[in-house]
Amino acid sequence: MSKNNHEFLITRKNNHYEVVIGLEVHAQIKSNSKLFSSSSTKFGAEPNTQVSLVDAAFPGMLPVINEFCVKQAIKTGIGLKAKINNKSVFDRKNYFYADLPQGYQISQYKHPIVGEGKVILDMPYGQKEIGIERLHLEQDAGKSIHDIDPENTLVDLNRSGVALMEIVSKPDLSSPEEVNIYIKKLRSIMRYLGTCDGNMQEGSLRADVNVSVKKKGEEKLGTRCEIKNVNSIKFMQMAIIYEANRQADLLEEDKTIDQETRLFDTKKNETRSMRSKEDAHDYRYFPDPDLLPLEVTNDFIDSIKLEIPELPDEKKKRFIEKFKLTPYEATILVSDIETSKYFEEVTNNSDIKLATNWITGELFALLNEKNLEISESPISSRNLSKLINLIKNGTISGKIAKAVFEIMTHEDKDPEAIVEEKDLKQESNPKELEKLIDKIINDNQDKVKEYKAGKDKLFGFFVGQIMKVSGGKANPKLVNEILKDKLSR
Amino acid sequence: MSEITSLTLTELVKNIKEKKLSSTEITKAFVERSQKSKELNTYITEDFSSAIEKAKKFDDKPNFDLKLPGIPIAVKDLFCTNGVRTTAGSKILNNFIPTYESTVTQNIWQQGAILLGKLNCDEFAMGSSNETSFFGNVQNPIDKNLVPGGSSGGSASALAANLTPVTIGTDTGGSIRQPASFTGTVGLKPTYGSCSRYGIVAFASSLDQAGPMSKNVKDCALLLEVMSSYDKKDSTSIDFNRSKYSLELNNNIKGKKIGIPKEYRVDDMPIEIEELWKKGIEHVKECGAELVDISLPHTNYALPTYYIVAPAEASSNLARYDGVKYGFRSHGENLIDMYEKTRSEGFGDEVKRRIMIGTYVLSSGYYDAYYLKAQKVRRLIKKDFDVVFNQVDAILTPSTPSSAFKIGEKTNDPISMYLNDIFTVPINLAGLPGISIPAGLDKNDYPLGLQIIGKAFDEQNILNIAYSIEEKINFKNKITDWWIK
Repeated sequence: MSKNNHEFLITRKNNHYEVVIGLEVHAQIKSNSKLFSSSSTKFGAEPNTQVSLVDAAFPGMLPVINEFCVKQAIKTGIGLKAKINNKSVFDRKNYFYADLPQGYQISQYKHPIVGEGKVILDMPYGQKEIGIERLHLEQDAGKSIHDIDPENTLVDLNRSGVALMEIVSKPDLSSPEEVNIYIKKLRSIMRYLGTCDGNMQEGSLRADVNVSVKKKGEEKLGTRCEIKNVNSIKFMQMAIIYEANRQADLLEEDKTIDQETRLFDTKKNETRSMRSKEDAHDYRYFPDPDLLPLEVTNDFIDSIKLEIPELPDEKKKRFIEKFKLTPYEATILVSDIETSKYFEEVTNNSDIKLATNWITGELFALLNEKNLEISESPISSRNLSKLINLIKNGTISGKIAKAVFEIMTHEDKDPEAIVEEKDLKQESNPKELEKLIDKIINDNQDKVKEYKAGKDKLFGFFVGQIMKVSGGKANPKLVNEILKDKLSR
Repeated sequence: MSEITSLTLTELVKNIKEKKLSSTEITKAFVERSQKSKELNTYITEDFSSAIEKAKKFDDKPNFDLKLPGIPIAVKDLFCTNGVRTTAGSKILNNFIPTYESTVTQNIWQQGAILLGKLNCDEFAMGSSNETSFFGNVQNPIDKNLVPGGSSGGSASALAANLTPVTIGTDTGGSIRQPASFTGTVGLKPTYGSCSRYGIVAFASSLDQAGPMSKNVKDCALLLEVMSSYDKKDSTSIDFNRSKYSLELNNNIKGKKIGIPKEYRVDDMPIEIEELWKKGIEHVKECGAELVDISLPHTNYALPTYYIVAPAEASSNLARYDGVKYGFRSHGENLIDMYEKTRSEGFGDEVKRRIMIGTYVLSSGYYDAYYLKAQKVRRLIKKDFDVVFNQVDAILTPSTPSSAFKIGEKTNDPISMYLNDIFTVPINLAGLPGISIPAGLDKNDYPLGLQIIGKAFDEQNILNIAYSIEEKINFKNKITDWWIK
């Protein structure tokens, strides 16, 4: 493996192989009820307590489309800058499994609700556009549980019928890192839109990963393998690296790659064949006769467009233009909708540059350390902006601010009150500061001589002493100015 | 009490409203006659004691504003009935008791009707003779060892034998009209989308429709009026302005244009059917309607199209009967083994045949050649009717190419069995309403039916035409009660 600039290559004796990756992301739609029934979709309920007669496929039960889920899919489509199809068709994907009560999954096959779109990735080497092939609506299956009863498989149908969006990318991804950024970007867009909570632990976001390799520079795509149902970015990356190497090895030995479906074993860190193309299911897709084609008018689509909030790409642009942030800073601050909200709340009342530094620096470090989401931040945006104002107007120094911040992490208290209580106000009275500085100069005449003889580094020593004597409260900027002036005399 | 059971629905309702008969008297009469008629094998599940209880309750607190006040009705066992076993004529649902009610049955109970029991039918409504039922074949009251037709064979037989005043069936390719024709009764398949499919065990979703079966056209109009409703629980239900069919029923068809399609003159059609058709044409003329020769050029392709579309949908609709959640389950070594044994033992031959045909026509490599092509032909068949209905108000044809046949006569010849639906199937493919009315007897005194096909949502019109012809024909069934000892 080598990584020249941004190229991700698998290197063998005489060949370099490029990796071609396409993702089929299954994103659970954020909605109160299921795609074709009124059962609740809440995660973590007692098994089989959120199952209607429709979800359990009782005789004579019929699906009725949940309009809200359709709206969510269209919203997502708009977020992906994609074509919304006025007419789409629900098909039945037929196969037998214990957690598939109908014996078929209702999905969209030939006519998806959303057509081609795109997602922009911000890579260290620049922006990269990833094509979206389509987005379609489908039902989730239930869950088979094999490890509770030693003799039997248990089935939980709570998830049966929950609405999913399958978002199919074009094979435009070329490295595990791009996959990482792509998934994060997709999740970010959906969270901005409120169409999917993107929670991978709860299975709200999973992906089938298509991987193939080809010799560097070659046009023709290699034979791909599909790795089914991978539920974390880390596992996707591990699976891709394993799979690309496996395929490169085969090609090196002049062996052919079989088009097949594989499973990723997270414990052994390897992919294993699940079924070959010959054994592939024949799903016998056909239009579901219980459902009419789904027709949405342009007016309906336009009314949804009005509900679309500012999305990450637009927000980033605005942050760069309005706040003069660097693209890097802007990318970080818009990546998560909650972060961007927090940032804007802080900057509403305080200095942008300081806010950017404090959020991406101290606050992120704190959240990281405590493993918290920004929405769970122990420090409210209001109090952080107050802290920043205290720095900005010279009430406290940056160093004191760090101490105040530390106190705030334990209790979300007004920083002004903390400064008052602990008497941390910065000393900015030049007369008072001069007294302090004179004392330090008098006490260290030998060092003054050395400094004047050219040992510039000693300047820092004086500042340190002054700060120490002032208990950190001396205004560093004024100290610098006065000290420089006195020492140059 | 025999006179009670031979009354029409309209007469029974009148008697109840005039307090000449109580619901209890009527219900008991039908229960008693049903109990004496076990040899016909019309019932799969009897609900007699509960019916009498409900009748008493009705009489204690009668509501004469209802359209079916205290009227006992037995229904085809394809309608899910809350708390009463619903089998679809199959072993695989032998033990299935729904906790819910189909919309159509709910509609009739809401108008005061009382469930007598669940009537025999071909397994999952797949059959034209009621011989594919897990619960055995049904006798046609017309003659011993004669099939009542199918799939609503139990319904037609029970109705003709006066075991229920009216009944409801389902019609996917002729399953109401053909047995009506075989038993000398009236049966109507409404426009697709008129009656909700919610709670009806599905056979072929794009073709299935529930409909009324009765002794005369007036009863048929009344029952349809109660059954038909727009239902949000069925996405294919259609919200159209439903006529008050029984109130608007009249015999004025002067100036109506009735089409006679030349393609329905098939080879080997018995002369009696030809004569019957001619007679029907004469009656229509007498009523002041105008006859128009028409052509429905794709008629010949209807049957093969039907036998691709219907099994395709059925193969998928019946996938849910897998032994996992409800119904019959056979023990297996593993999941696949359990599926195989459950479905091998749970389904009968005809159902398996259609599942296999359906699976085949949908499988990759064959989908385009069969299913997709069938859908295209289906559109052409529908277009045939669209074109013709620019010129005519209704179409008159025979209901079936023959009268009822003997039990066992066609069981080993599925194709000849399928040919029985040749006149009824195109109407399902086009989603149109069609009614079969008894129009004469053949040389064996077996009934023969005429079919009137209408424009979509034009049930009132075909009911009116049927009503007019009915008056002229004055049909009388010859039933001897041979099964009652």
